[in-house]
Amino acid sequence: MVDVPYDATADIPLAEVPEVDLYHPRSWWTRYVFSQDAKVIAIQYSLTATGIGLVALVLSWLMRLQLGFPGTFSFIDANQYLQFITMHGMIMVIYLLTALFLGGFGNYLIPLMVGARDMVFPYVNMLSYWVYLLAVLVLASTFFVPGGPTGAGWTLYPPQAILSGTPGQDWGIILMLASLILFIIGFTMGGLNYVVTVLQARTRGMTLMRMPLTVWGIFTATIMALLAFPALFVASVMMLFDRLLGTSFFMPSLVEMGQQMKYGGGSPILFQHLFWFFGHPEVYIVALPAFGIVSDLISVHARKNIFGYRMMVWAIVAIGALSFVVWAHHMYVSGMHPKFGFFFATTTLIIAIPTAIKVYNWVLTLWRGDIHLTVPMLFALGFIITFVNGGLTGLFLGNVVVDVPLSDTMFVVAHFHMVMGVAPIMVVLGAIYHWYPKITGRMLNDVLGKFHFWVTFLGAYLIFFPMHYIGLLGVPRRYHDIGEAAFIPSSTHTLNAFISIMALIVGFAQMVFLFNLTWSYFKGRPSGGNPWRATSLEWQTPETPPGHGNWGKELPVVYRWAYDYSVPGAPQDFIPQNQPRATPVLQGAAP
Amino acid sequence: MAETALTTHGLSPARPDGWQGIAADWSSDQRAFKNVSWGKAMMWIFLLSDTFIFSCFLLSYMTARMSTTVPWPNPSEVFALEIAGHHIPLILIAIMTFILISSSGTMAMAVNFGYRRDRVKTAVLMLLTAALGATFVGMQAFEWTKLIREGVRPWENPWGAAQFGSSFFMITGFHGTHVTIGVIFLIVIARKVWRGDFDVGRRGFFTSRKGNYEVVEIMGLYWHFVDLVWVFIFAFFYLW
Repeated sequence: MVDVPYDATADIPLAEVPEVDLYHPRSWWTRYVFSQDAKVIAIQYSLTATGIGLVALVLSWLMRLQLGFPGTFSFIDANQYLQFITMHGMIMVIYLLTALFLGGFGNYLIPLMVGARDMVFPYVNMLSYWVYLLAVLVLASTFFVPGGPTGAGWTLYPPQAILSGTPGQDWGIILMLASLILFIIGFTMGGLNYVVTVLQARTRGMTLMRMPLTVWGIFTATIMALLAFPALFVASVMMLFDRLLGTSFFMPSLVEMGQQMKYGGGSPILFQHLFWFFGHPEVYIVALPAFGIVSDLISVHARKNIFGYRMMVWAIVAIGALSFVVWAHHMYVSGMHPKFGFFFATTTLIIAIPTAIKVYNWVLTLWRGDIHLTVPMLFALGFIITFVNGGLTGLFLGNVVVDVPLSDTMFVVAHFHMVMGVAPIMVVLGAIYHWYPKITGRMLNDVLGKFHFWVTFLGAYLIFFPMHYIGLLGVPRRYHDIGEAAFIPSSTHTLNAFISIMALIVGFAQMVFLFNLTWSYFKGRPSGGNPWRATSLEWQTPETPPGHGNWGKELPVVYRWAYDYSVPGAPQDFIPQNQPRATPVLQGAAP
Repeated sequence: MAETALTTHGLSPARPDGWQGIAADWSSDQRAFKNVSWGKAMMWIFLLSDTFIFSCFLLSYMTARMSTTVPWPNPSEVFALEIAGHHIPLILIAIMTFILISSSGTMAMAVNFGYRRDRVKTAVLMLLTAALGATFVGMQAFEWTKLIREGVRPWENPWGAAQFGSSFFMITGFHGTHVTIGVIFLIVIARKVWRGDFDVGRRGFFTSRKGNYEVVEIMGLYWHFVDLVWVFIFAFFYLW
């Protein structure tokens, strides 16, 4: 039996942490609204993130309509187009993906997977959600203020972000920065919970090296977020001062409309450094939970233990650490010293090593596995393919000489949408199909799910593959209308129209998914407690959906890692983590 | 906050020392930091995150100071006071630093008496710490007032680079906010200590959990951190 050895003599580890009195809600309000239960908070986070994410989805349709059929839609002008790209990017990266992976999946899965009754600080956890909601509301309010939301691009580069030529200069940028500051405050409260719960509140027998990789991914991403968001916090505060008080942290001497502005002596490059010191780890804050979740999906649905568990864990940690020393590869065209370009290109390419290890291990997990092509598995496989494709173009952009001509083209847009847009979203969708039965007690509809998968997967490729080509032709990003230029062949326009139509179709498939979510909640097939026959603790709860306190009277005791699938000689093809070793001795491999 | 009483009823008697001990703790079940309560672990991790915030502030300020083409005002002159006809550079900052460092001493004593369950002495020392912290904030307010009277604004000042005023107000303001929050929490927890909440196991208002005297130590961690940050601000902003 392959197992991570831990004190094989003692079957039942001693309890170090005495049971903590749980907070018990006394009314409907404290049970469902101001709830301190991590599972309710997780659902609140997920619904809020999905809601604002739908806004961003609609924005992407509007952008594609403009790009595909320039001049046709009179209600989209250049300023609005810039506002759309800004809000689409910011919402998708921070308010949807970060909040959904860490606030949503983190809150739901961490306590269940490590065998805790709840997060360690339920009250702070609740505050975290409400501050997040406030941040989302402040962000959404920018659509309704005079001047509309900021159009500075999601990177908010100064000096243009706060100059009058940029749409949303009055209110949009101020509220955007305020919303980011709120988000970081809210996230910090939640993030401290996730980290401390993983480190200090595991159940008996749950060692770090027995945790499912999902928890490892979310845990590492949360630590990274706690160290990376401070840079964005500081950058937001300073830019807010530049805008409101007239300080010149990021603002050089400028002449605007023939007038010498009062700014002078600030450094726009400083903002870029701060922003990308946050921004690059942010990519992995989104990717690492996806890595972890996809490892579990593949293992469960291929009925095989994950290949190289320890290597997978260390790869997650290594990627997390390395991602803090690569940020300036987003700034090759900022005029940096070539030696810095060399350094950052090298560190960037080194990240490919642990990442490639992970991809090999996923493939080797599938190798000769008993692959069940369920909907979560389809999404997991879709993720691997998409992620490899997106990662390969990352090798192009990581090299200075290749990046410089490709910088600010649609190639970059296609690259990061593949690698940190489509790929993590694939995992989010797969994870929802996988854990929906645990959350609601009902299965999602399979036919609708497969339709959803194939349209999303193929559609995403039909959107973003041509976009790479358009980028290679030299079509710049963030132009609302590329017009007629000598270097752009006229077939580009046809291709753009094609991409736009595909984007609408993929968007429609997401509506089918939302319908599936709603319909299955009431009419779906009852799932039972463990429909996927999975080993990890969240599937072993006495109730489904798990009740308040998760575990009934007794906390579970863990005897094995989370990947005992298809163990030779075992009566079933999976052995739950909380099943004692009393099962017949299987094979002489373990110590 | 700190609800995991430091019971040792489950710990195996022999625990390895040194690196082996660290490896054993991290590869064990239930918790990575043995005998560290949830509250204390949270405070340490929060402080790590906060360290990054202050580091970013200080690095940004240093970048601005190094790259400006306009001369940077001389802090020794700007922060000098005329006392009894003597021109003493940095005197106010020196006193402020002395007060804040002293408050770390009283805080450490409060933690000590907390663990001896000496209710009155703990509360008094915490209130003394809060008073020293409030004095620090008060002197900072005096310093701000003086500079504002002399014409220093976030966007300009009479002596040179505009970033001097912006960095000064931003960094000392952010640090002063930390001290102020610390003073408020010191008073809140001192009240709980005084009332005997930690002796009778009264439940907290927000958390509905029972607290214990470890809260005093967690408060102390925050307070020492704020003092430590001031040392760096003092070195990089005033002495440079």
